[in-house]
Amino acid sequence: MTTLAQRTPSQARRALTAEDIEALAIGTWILGTGGGGDPYHKLLNLRMLYEAGHEVTLIDPMSLADDALVAILSNMGAPLVGQERLADPEFAMKPVRMMEEHLGRKFDAVMALEIGGGNGMHPMQVAALGGYPVVDADTMGRAYPEAQMTSVAVAGLRCFPLTMADIRDNEIVIPRAASWRWMERISRKACAEIGSVAATCKAPRTGAEVKQHGVLYTVSKAIELGTEVLAARAAHANPIDAVLKTARGKLMFTGKVTDVERRATEGFLRGKARIEGLNDNAGQTLTVHFQNEYSVAFLGEEPVVMTPDLICLLDSVSGDGIGTDVLRFGQRVSVLALPAPEVFLSAAGLAAVGPRAFGFDIDFTSVFKGEQA
Amino acid sequence: MKRIGIDVGGTNTDAALLDGERVIAAVKTFTTADVTSGVRSALSDLVARAGDAAHDVVAVMIGTTHYTNAVVERRNLGRAAAIRVSLPASASLIPFCDWPRDLAAKVNGGTYLVEGGHEFDGRPVVEMDERAVAEAARRIRADGIPAVAISATFSPLTAECEERAAEILRNEAPDVHVTLSSTLGRIGLLERENVALMNASLIGLARETTQAFVDAVAASGLNAQLYITQNDGTVVLAEAAREFPVFSFASGPTNSMRGAALLAGIEDAMVCDVGGTTADIGCLVRGFPREANNVVEVGGVRTLFRMPDLLSIAIGGGTIVQREPLAVGPQSVGYRLGQEALVFGGDTVTATDIAVASGLIDLGDKSRVAGLPGDFVRAALAQIHAAIAENVDRMKTDATEVPLLAVGGGAMLIPDTLPGISEVVHVPHHEVANAVGAAMAQISGETDRIYRDMDREDAIAAAREAAIAAAVEAGADAATIKVIDVEDLPLSYLPGRAIRTRVRVVGEARAVRPGAAA
Repeated sequence: MTTLAQRTPSQARRALTAEDIEALAIGTWILGTGGGGDPYHKLLNLRMLYEAGHEVTLIDPMSLADDALVAILSNMGAPLVGQERLADPEFAMKPVRMMEEHLGRKFDAVMALEIGGGNGMHPMQVAALGGYPVVDADTMGRAYPEAQMTSVAVAGLRCFPLTMADIRDNEIVIPRAASWRWMERISRKACAEIGSVAATCKAPRTGAEVKQHGVLYTVSKAIELGTEVLAARAAHANPIDAVLKTARGKLMFTGKVTDVERRATEGFLRGKARIEGLNDNAGQTLTVHFQNEYSVAFLGEEPVVMTPDLICLLDSVSGDGIGTDVLRFGQRVSVLALPAPEVFLSAAGLAAVGPRAFGFDIDFTSVFKGEQA
Repeated sequence: MKRIGIDVGGTNTDAALLDGERVIAAVKTFTTADVTSGVRSALSDLVARAGDAAHDVVAVMIGTTHYTNAVVERRNLGRAAAIRVSLPASASLIPFCDWPRDLAAKVNGGTYLVEGGHEFDGRPVVEMDERAVAEAARRIRADGIPAVAISATFSPLTAECEERAAEILRNEAPDVHVTLSSTLGRIGLLERENVALMNASLIGLARETTQAFVDAVAASGLNAQLYITQNDGTVVLAEAAREFPVFSFASGPTNSMRGAALLAGIEDAMVCDVGGTTADIGCLVRGFPREANNVVEVGGVRTLFRMPDLLSIAIGGGTIVQREPLAVGPQSVGYRLGQEALVFGGDTVTATDIAVASGLIDLGDKSRVAGLPGDFVRAALAQIHAAIAENVDRMKTDATEVPLLAVGGGAMLIPDTLPGISEVVHVPHHEVANAVGAAMAQISGETDRIYRDMDREDAIAAAREAAIAAAVEAGADAATIKVIDVEDLPLSYLPGRAIRTRVRVVGEARAVRPGAAA
């Protein structure tokens, strides 16, 4: 399942502290593998909600009743637009209310579509404002660019309905779609029409579905990662080591970014970054390709780490995640591999998110092959 | 053509007189609280030293850290109101929401969110609520707030909403100064708005300071045009600079880097400017500092606008060195170096003392550091060298070796050899490199606009003409103008082949005496 020890949180539910929220912002950015959007605006919103007395309650997915109704939430669109139209918890709430109206039933809990980046923080805003508990799980264990790249899509669960809210009085409900790919195409078009950024409520899940097909304990994992990074910084220890130890990752490369090539095509940010090695990697070059998220890294000509293994580019000094949109020359980065959620290692999983799904004609080999996560 | 450059720093006011690219005279004086008298005395010292050579000076270029210090030290700031045209979006994160509280408490003169703004393709989000803008303007006027910053969603793409809001402001509250975020920043509403608010809060200080400079130049008896240096290594006329104090942020290190380039005769290099408290490391590309393209914090406020890419580390001549256990910095004795360092009779071991003990420089009373153990001195110097070497390499962008220009009062702390550096160049007059950089600053002109139904080449050519016209208008010699930056962005989502083109040009100041028009 996940890479953390298969621990069950000691409590079925716990209130997240303001410190947990700060740590979550760091952890989600690390797990975002370069995508999912900078969590900064959502962190600002949550700080204000906490100051106003709101709070987020995290619940163990295993404590969900089989017939519980769980909202799967995300913010959809272009990160660039998110820089101008700032995240607002009121609008994050709107598609949740729309879905409740559509289904004629209240949600029992909310959950992130993807734990990576700002989208990992997104449901926290709804939880704080609307009083819903947040499930300690998501459907990616990281961030991916498209709707069919989730554990629930790989499992073949139903892809509809979907609700989407505009900042104006436009409401979009997609009651039915033929497949995850159709849902992706139709919702992407609608999103573009209303300004290329929109809060969405994806196909709701039952408690049983979350327990069986969710990527579990990823909120705890993100908080733990962030907490360890903050502790390492406070102790003047190396935050990279803290991440490696906490997430059972492997250090693939240490170096300095010497070139970044970006192009925006078909709504994605594609490109590659060249990293010249330092320390143990002196004299070597790593090329990391990305499509919103980092997808495949080549050492010279050799692919050494690839999706669905997580490729995390972290600031070598601070341990902060670095997004594909802000990666720049001169940055000192550590390239880490973290184990992929197990669901993506199946044939169906690899078909959805393996290297070929990102245009690389190579077979997936895990950095963690032969190791038990 | 003769020019005078003056750099008004937190501690020193430096001045240099240049004839072409030759330094004729230079002086270093202390900065005074009122600015004017410090600049006056620097000018009169310089004119006295230069003698007859000072008579045909045509331009005085002044650079100042005054505005940066005002923000960092939270003083001399005016109140500023914020009008943001963004509703129904962005309502939860209001203006000032990510400012340090003490600074926000000093500056915040009210926040007003109104409906309007643009989509990423320039379409209106909703129609702008002009009545709400007018209402805000009346409130701001009634509250006696002197300045307002106006921001709107996607205003760097199209400034229509901001300009219309400014027009309403001028009608309703003609005495309130208006800063538009679109004139300053880039995509990133919160950071752009932050820059505009800082600019608005500095307007009063900018007026006073600019007037002080005008008075100081008038008192010197020089018949010279006054320019203010910007943080990209260029100058603008004092009247224009007065409107945009934020463009002076970090102009001190910029001037040092430009001055170093001139003094060394090298245009592509790394620069390390070691002062009393910090060392600023930057990168020169064709004689200009490389621009930062990320968020830069000023006084704890996140900003995203034209700023040089600098790395400041806590190593300077006044940096305190501890013995047991060995620790270099980050504290510094700062301007008290002259009293507190061992060699100057004090009892604090500073980086300057380590340099004297190592024989790198002869300063003060050498015998006072004779008692420092050799092991300690060597280890401390090695730590200073390692910190500088690592951070220079951090700022380097390509693998090929480049020279490093060593400037500033603490330049002796820079090691002779560094990885990735072909040679360390120590330059004459390095202690006034900032004033030299100010004196040699060129005049810039810029355009940033969207052209429709034009080929890429035609659009760039049109933008270049407009930028040149702007530079000539600001006092540049048309014959010397060169293009330093061209950026074009096809806006594929706009109808009619739109292309956004930004062109920036620079030229030498015209060698004409300011006439009655000035």
